[in-house]
Amino acid sequence: MDRLDRRGFLECMAWAGSALVWTSAGGVLASRTVQQVEAADSPAAGFSFVQISDTHIGFKGQANGDAAATLRELIERVNALRPAPAFVIHTGDQTHGQKAGAFDTVAELLKGVRTERVFYVPGEHDVFLDGGKEYLARYGKGTVGERGWQSFDYRGTHFVGLVNVLKYKGEGIGALGADQIEWLEKDLAPLTSSTPVVVFAHIPLWAVYPQWGWATEDAERALASLKRFGSVTVLNGHIHQVMTKVEGNVRFHTAMSTAFPQPAPGAAPSPGPMKIPEADARRMIGVAEVTFVPGGQPLAIVDSVLG
Amino acid sequence: MKTVALALLGLALIVASAAHALGSGAAGVEIKEFRFAPTALEIRQGTTVTWTNHDEETHTITSTTGAFGSGGLGNDETFAQTFSRPGVYEYFCALHPRMRATVVVK
Repeated sequence: MDRLDRRGFLECMAWAGSALVWTSAGGVLASRTVQQVEAADSPAAGFSFVQISDTHIGFKGQANGDAAATLRELIERVNALRPAPAFVIHTGDQTHGQKAGAFDTVAELLKGVRTERVFYVPGEHDVFLDGGKEYLARYGKGTVGERGWQSFDYRGTHFVGLVNVLKYKGEGIGALGADQIEWLEKDLAPLTSSTPVVVFAHIPLWAVYPQWGWATEDAERALASLKRFGSVTVLNGHIHQVMTKVEGNVRFHTAMSTAFPQPAPGAAPSPGPMKIPEADARRMIGVAEVTFVPGGQPLAIVDSVLG
Repeated sequence: MKTVALALLGLALIVASAAHALGSGAAGVEIKEFRFAPTALEIRQGTTVTWTNHDEETHTITSTTGAFGSGGLGNDETFAQTFSRPGVYEYFCALHPRMRATVVVK
């Protein structure tokens, strides 16, 4: 059977280690019991997708000697999910410092994911060397003006992928730029307010910790165009840890990296890879699985760690 | 802008005298915890400056005018640049633009 039963869910929890389950209905965040998840999780109930972020291929450090190996392991875990994710979203920093060949390695590894399609937005590590030339040559096709941003619909939910790493502002904070925000406003205009919307981008669209550049300078205007919707989920990466915030009907969520964790805001002199043993790091790297259930648009995000 | 540049120059003179980089044919800048140290380095014309990245995060040494650039510098990697003309050279990290520093060549 494809459906995830109670035992299957508990097994999933076992490998997840510290899985979090939240629902968001009408903008109110609440935790759910296992039974509720079970009831919602029938094949006809909706769909799920997986967010992979910050794969940092090419990274080698104390917390992880081989970022490709941990990604491979996590892909195996994704492939074991039932039902299989409809698609995968990669929220950027595919590479660590845009090292030669790193994009190829990521592409090769992600071919191994059993899913229909992988959607991408870039991280600053993917574009800083050449202003996005290589990234857009690979992933720009089919995006707006081949500039990397895009939207698509899947079973009644509207998805928007935004680029906030190509206009780094003075203080190193992400920015979307007026062109993209204007496009977003037009893109959302025809939708009814009851349409569930999912927005994904690399750098958080809320001010997680501007001192470390963990914010998007002009996100407010973009978020203003999302206020009328009953259910908005914003998925980001960049900070290599799970953080959640709810503001009105908008739920913000950041995913872990598949490569290495970063310290909690202000918990260290600087951001950057935590220097901790690999065994400890495995409990802080992972992926996020997002499940949609039609009718009232409850949404569940399960963050699953490797170790 | 002019005030900022002058302030930077003033800072450069103070820090560089402490960094005893004057008079040698080589000088170093360390990158640690998302900072360049010293943030202002004063050198003589013809000096080669070597940057060493001690962070596991990638950083760059990118001139604000495009005069020089290191590309991505991984952990323990170095980048060297010889300064043959006097001037104030400002640079930053393209991945973390709040990381800024200056080389003053006399």
